[in-house]
Amino acid sequence: MDLPPLEALPLTPGKAVAVLAILVIALLNVRAGRRPWYLARWEDAFGLVGLCLLLDGQYMGLVDAPRERMMGEVGRILYVHVPSAWLTMVAFTLTCLFAIGFLVTGWRSLDLLVESAAEVGVALGIVLQLTGMLFARPTWGVYWDWDPRLVSTAVMLLSFIGVLTLRSLLTDPDQRANLTSAGAILATTSMIVTYFSVRWWRSLHQMQSSPDTVASPMVLVLRINAFAMLFLFTWLLVRRWRLARALAARDEAPPLPSAEVPA
Amino acid sequence: MTPRLQRLLLAAAAVSVLGGTLGALSMSTMGEELVYYWSPTELHAKGDAARDATVRIMGMVVDGSVEWMPEEQRLAFRVTDGSEEVAVEGTGAPPQMFREGIGVVVEGRLHADGVFRSQTVMVKHDNAYAPPAEGEMPDEVYRALQASSAEGT
Repeated sequence: MDLPPLEALPLTPGKAVAVLAILVIALLNVRAGRRPWYLARWEDAFGLVGLCLLLDGQYMGLVDAPRERMMGEVGRILYVHVPSAWLTMVAFTLTCLFAIGFLVTGWRSLDLLVESAAEVGVALGIVLQLTGMLFARPTWGVYWDWDPRLVSTAVMLLSFIGVLTLRSLLTDPDQRANLTSAGAILATTSMIVTYFSVRWWRSLHQMQSSPDTVASPMVLVLRINAFAMLFLFTWLLVRRWRLARALAARDEAPPLPSAEVPA
Repeated sequence: MTPRLQRLLLAAAAVSVLGGTLGALSMSTMGEELVYYWSPTELHAKGDAARDATVRIMGMVVDGSVEWMPEEQRLAFRVTDGSEEVAVEGTGAPPQMFREGIGVVVEGRLHADGVFRSQTVMVKHDNAYAPPAEGEMPDEVYRALQASSAEGT
């Protein structure tokens, strides 16, 4: 990956805040044990850096980046739509790897990570689908059409929502973990079909873009937004996993002894 | 069956279904039989079978073929796949990206007079994104269309 020259990276408010945040995190780590609430956990640093990068990336996307030749100003939604597509794929790929890992090792943490990654993936997928529709109306002319890419994306989302629904219906912990993981692996089929849909079939949606087909100032902005979303994704995933762990600990805890009123 | 064996069997079953489905899909000819749109050549090859059936066709808008009739809110143009052309008539203003030389997917029917009449004109953008070239006005075509349609109504 050839990095752009430094002067191509203008100092924007978001970037300044990001640099400051990294310094603050470094300082606070030196004085471990006295961290403020927003850095209570290691993943909060990811969340903070991700937020700063996102502010910066969106500022660049809305202000600095050139307007698109065909789409004009509307094309700027690219900087939300494409990173959310990438991160949806990352989330569901991780879901599948965690699921295989759980079935092979039986580690409880991996089962909780399957649930967390799938849930974050569904949230990102909804952002993907909604921004896609908002992008499509002014450019293609329709919010929705029965195009292979659009349909496979919807099927992918419904598959993972189905897995999460199944999980919520099962009560036996072992059965729940096994079936969630098996279901997640099966649902991954729809993710891979979604990825290849624009290559296998004719569609209204274009093929994947690459740095060869996208002008370099736009590639830079896309990358910043993609890293922003990656940091935020990590933060969300770990937060969700901690929640899942806390809920599991509550469910497995022995019932409290009933309070007996002394005679 | 131990819980461990049960999990491994589940993993093996799920992974083989995943691999099998993807293998079958990538090998299958579904992409040739069940298509989202036809090209003008394919539409013509169907002959009379294609008439009066609602289908989608995709092609590039032929340079110099676009005619916008604001009074009737009617848009006429020809699409080509490089070898054959189809005359298309749509109703209403087209999407903002519509212009000569761009790919379009149109949904409608081929009438007996050889004109493909469509209610839905969709623009198919390729995977290239670039800033406007020197002196190029991205919204020019659309603005011109809007201006002429405002005059007509």
